[in-house]
Amino acid sequence: MSQLKPNAGTLINNTVSDLGLDSDNSVGLTVRRTVAIARNAFREAVRDRVLYNLVIFALLLIAGAIFLGELSAGQEAKIIVDLGLSAMLLFGVFIAIFVGVGLVYKEIERRTLYTILSKPIGRGQFLLGKYLGLCLTLLVNVLIMGLGVSLALVYVRRGWDPMAIKIWPAIFLIYVELMIITGVALLFSSFSSPALSALLTFFVFIIGHFSADLKALSGTTGSASARWLFRSLYYLLPNLSNYSVITAAAHGVVPDGRSLLVATVYAVVYIMVLLAAATLIFSRRNFK
Amino acid sequence: MRTRKYQDDEFDELLQKRLRSKQERSRNPRIKGGAAKWATSHRTPKSMPAIEIENLTKDYDVGFWRKRKVRALDGLSLTVEPGQIFGFLGANGAGKTTTLKVLMRLIFPTGGVARILGRDIGDVSMHARIGYLPENPYFYDYLTAREFLNYCGELFGLDRVTRERRTEELLTRVNLETKGWDRQLRKFSKGMLQRVGLAQALVNDPEIVFLDEPMSGLDPVGRREVRDLIASLRTQGKTVFMCSHILSDIEVLCDSVAILKHGRLAQAGSLEELRAGEAGIVEVIATGADAETLRQQLGSSAIVTTTASGLRIEVADEREVDAVINALRQAHGKLVSVQPVRQSLEELFLE
Repeated sequence: MSQLKPNAGTLINNTVSDLGLDSDNSVGLTVRRTVAIARNAFREAVRDRVLYNLVIFALLLIAGAIFLGELSAGQEAKIIVDLGLSAMLLFGVFIAIFVGVGLVYKEIERRTLYTILSKPIGRGQFLLGKYLGLCLTLLVNVLIMGLGVSLALVYVRRGWDPMAIKIWPAIFLIYVELMIITGVALLFSSFSSPALSALLTFFVFIIGHFSADLKALSGTTGSASARWLFRSLYYLLPNLSNYSVITAAAHGVVPDGRSLLVATVYAVVYIMVLLAAATLIFSRRNFK
Repeated sequence: MRTRKYQDDEFDELLQKRLRSKQERSRNPRIKGGAAKWATSHRTPKSMPAIEIENLTKDYDVGFWRKRKVRALDGLSLTVEPGQIFGFLGANGAGKTTTLKVLMRLIFPTGGVARILGRDIGDVSMHARIGYLPENPYFYDYLTAREFLNYCGELFGLDRVTRERRTEELLTRVNLETKGWDRQLRKFSKGMLQRVGLAQALVNDPEIVFLDEPMSGLDPVGRREVRDLIASLRTQGKTVFMCSHILSDIEVLCDSVAILKHGRLAQAGSLEELRAGEAGIVEVIATGADAETLRQQLGSSAIVTTTASGLRIEVADEREVDAVINALRQAHGKLVSVQPVRQSLEELFLE
């Protein structure tokens, strides 16, 4: 019988479904959904105890601060900044790579993706949400570490030190670099296995820091094809040397506003390209 | 009952709100989507099938160096009418899950088209009106059942109050024990996960629910409960598309059935239609009459056999039942039952 008449119930329910959930893709709704995915990715990182790395970082800083107390005056601030920011970058890169390559892969492997993608979520939106979630995790990480370094500075100087403020532009640049690395990891993991993605991302991180050398090589060395290779690598890979100001920061040098702006704009554009490419690949995948 | 009433009132209120906004939209077509889009696509007319699949084909590449194509779906076409419980049957590997994954945009078909609620399956917003339970569902194990349902609600864009209410409603409805609501899903048994899966498929109050093996991993009590739940979806006027190879569940629940074999549609129709091939044979059970007398009276049109408890008379056509009953009366026998002998789904399935 029921197949003959879509009864009043159907009509009411049709309308109710219309109501509770707006099915038109307004911008606000899209943003809300993306934020929900990002928040969940952040929650996953927290519950998977990613932030426990902060404990190791804290131990490192405390140890550094105590031993440096023995060293000559004037040097300890420099060493604290150098140690702290380097550790911040290193820990961050590890998180960006190892969590980043698993962001999507884990969802496919565990088939949690099936339920999510059957909902009104575009694949690009899903990637963006996951990406932002990891960026949020890294942000919390970097902020706490930055605070730790500032406090350690105050501790070793036995009082206020302007360095505690002056290191923050450098911390900002570290964070922006981590955002790029996360994007690279996400792009690789949209088509290859986690292990390979991690390896490739690590290479990009290393080579990205020798960007200037690549440019030099492309101008001088060897055959035309070798020069072409270096040049394309130079343009293809992110120029991460823009972001390594740790040594300068340890000497109290603050990057000027213009270089901060250039680095930020460059990162935003680069990340957009990375995410677009990842979306393009991810949108064509079959999840068997 | 009280909650039901409450919902109805609320639905009315929401209905009014929606109608108002709809009027606004039609007055000003520049508002998101425009009036035309709304008018044509938003409401399903009664005549429109809930699901239409036309000539759907899916090839998988197998092998690394020398790629071979394996055809998982081969020109599948079917239509599901709204308000039905549709059973999608097939042996393991027949292509049931592949079909569902195509419908859910998880894999892309090699050929053919499919529409849900009159809209192409690639239409993301259409997915706000359907629900999906994957096979052997596995969810974020770091979330609790409550958090997971809340997250699903967020993905549908439900507001907080609605989310909280729906979460509690649904977890109650799938009979998940209250003490499990705030436990992480990693500690859940397969049956509990299945229940959470059902709940998440209903979180948006969908018009069509796609269920891939909804009974798997459940104990007999659980299966019974899920069966009741699916039946209650029909009373709510929802369309249910369920894959299964558990024939008894399909037999009890489904209005229509399609049987899939090696990616092709082997049979489709209502259960009665499918069984029609065998229809006509009627079995009469009686006691107290003499088998030989009956045989003489009925002649060759009936087969009379003696059983432990009495007689079993089988006629090839239901029109002959009257003659059997008359003969029984004359022989002072007692009629126990008359019932058509129907082909079971199992026979159809194995054919």
